Amino acid sequence: MTSHDRFLGREERHLTVIPPVDDAAVTRDRALIDRLWNIDITRKVTILLALGLIWELGVLSSNVSDQVMPTASATLAAFGEGLASGAIQTAAWNSIKTLLSGYGIGLAVSSVFVSIAVAWRFGTDMLTTLSAMLNPLPAIALLPLAMIWFGLGKGAIIFTLLHSIVWPVSLYAMTGIRGISPTLKMMGRNYGLRGPRFILLILLPAAFPTIISGLRIAWAFAWRTLMAAELVFGGQVSGGGFAGAEAGNSGGLGWYIFRSQMENQTASVFAGLLAIIVIGIFVENVLLRGVERLTVERWGMTRSGS
Amino acid sequence: MSLSSPLLKVDGVTLQYKTPERVVTATYKVDFEIHDGERYIILGPSGCGKSTLLKAVAGFLEPVGGEMTLNGKTIRKPGPDRVMVFQEFDQLLPWHTVRGNIMFALRQGGRAGTKAEAREIADEFIAKVKLERFADSYPHTLSGGMKQRVAIARGMAMRPQILLMDEPFASLDALTRRQMQEELYDLWEANRMTLLFVTHSIEEAIILGSRILILSSHPGQVRAELNAHQFSHRNADTPEFAAFKERVHALVTADTQTQEEGVSA
Repeated sequence: MTSHDRFLGREERHLTVIPPVDDAAVTRDRALIDRLWNIDITRKVTILLALGLIWELGVLSSNVSDQVMPTASATLAAFGEGLASGAIQTAAWNSIKTLLSGYGIGLAVSSVFVSIAVAWRFGTDMLTTLSAMLNPLPAIALLPLAMIWFGLGKGAIIFTLLHSIVWPVSLYAMTGIRGISPTLKMMGRNYGLRGPRFILLILLPAAFPTIISGLRIAWAFAWRTLMAAELVFGGQVSGGGFAGAEAGNSGGLGWYIFRSQMENQTASVFAGLLAIIVIGIFVENVLLRGVERLTVERWGMTRSGS
Repeated sequence: MSLSSPLLKVDGVTLQYKTPERVVTATYKVDFEIHDGERYIILGPSGCGKSTLLKAVAGFLEPVGGEMTLNGKTIRKPGPDRVMVFQEFDQLLPWHTVRGNIMFALRQGGRAGTKAEAREIADEFIAKVKLERFADSYPHTLSGGMKQRVAIARGMAMRPQILLMDEPFASLDALTRRQMQEELYDLWEANRMTLLFVTHSIEEAIILGSRILILSSHPGQVRAELNAHQFSHRNADTPEFAAFKERVHALVTADTQTQEEGVSA
């Protein structure tokens, strides 16, 4: 008698009709408060409100001068005033214009670099070596050099921005392209794609999850570099050295902060910082996230290999 | 019916590939011919160079010896007259829908002039693999079997001279795999395309193949070439099928047996 034999007596089951399940037992609505709290925004806004309240009460309960530390409400008021007078919008738009021209040129330069690198093995080695070497160099460190070459003004800023855009975008694009599955590449060649069409229709979209990380990093680098550069130029303004100072309306947000500090408008300094934060959040969480949602997430390519 | 000139002629083909350390010979002086409408199977153990051989027919790899001709013309580079269906699911472009993938192939491969024409052909072949409901879905939302059906539909829509299949069902679960074999057989019955199918599954070879080429391993050389058109999924449970399977099995594993004997001697 084997050990299995003692199970022989067990009854088999075969249901001809499976009993119905009570609907309420399968799904039920969650309580409203529970659902609200489950939304990211609700929790984050709550945190912000709490922090604002601590800030307000903290400043009010101490006797710090508002030259040093304005209250949250004073900052918001200065922000509102800046918006009402249009000074913040003008400054923000000036910064964004500069950034966009830098970003545009930077992407064009990167595409040329990457195309050469894809077509030519020596080009690959050159680009990966160069970008690995130059990527860690903070772009703002090049500003003095750029000022020697291009003088005070937009040219120097854009040159500096290029440095913070070209290397990360190229580096990420190359990493993305190297990670593309050989099957996908063979498939493209199978249908007769080669040259620029192969790059544009196969390599570029296939590497897009990684490329978008590069775009994100390039934006973050460039935005920080721009603010720093504008502050440096602000520091050099004496009687209208920088175009922004004389024309009165072509300085960016960095310049706005610098000027407010010179005028002892500490609340406006905070308002300028707030504007930088708001724009940063908008670009990263609305624009770039939106692009991501419409592309890589829709295509199910979110596991970006980097 | 006398045999006309072959569609694909592989003549004494030796293939090599490079690893970082060495040059490996994948196949050695392999020859075979495929005629129009055949379901030609290359069967062999892993390491017999069957996938490499298929990639060479596709034009991704040039032989170091011998010649391959399609309709008398030497194969030199990849082209849409020899469409490949791969084992990997990522052969579909994730950024195109099911219909978009087929349209992309048709337009880039020069099989459809206008978008409307491409759409019409795409829909025709989506219907052939019964994926009408998923025409607008992105590949990542499909199951493995559905993805392979899209790849097959895309390949067939190109109306290639020959459809190359590199173990297209090897990554599927057993149930789906059997179902896909039957579907492919039915598609062939309805459309009579020429197939060159690589597999290491003996049963799959017998079900699908009209003719089976068996390769030895390391490097791949022709061991046998058998007719199998009398077998399909419809008689897979007959004693004849089982007997034939035994025979093929003996041929496929002949290598390993001699090796083992060599060791024990």
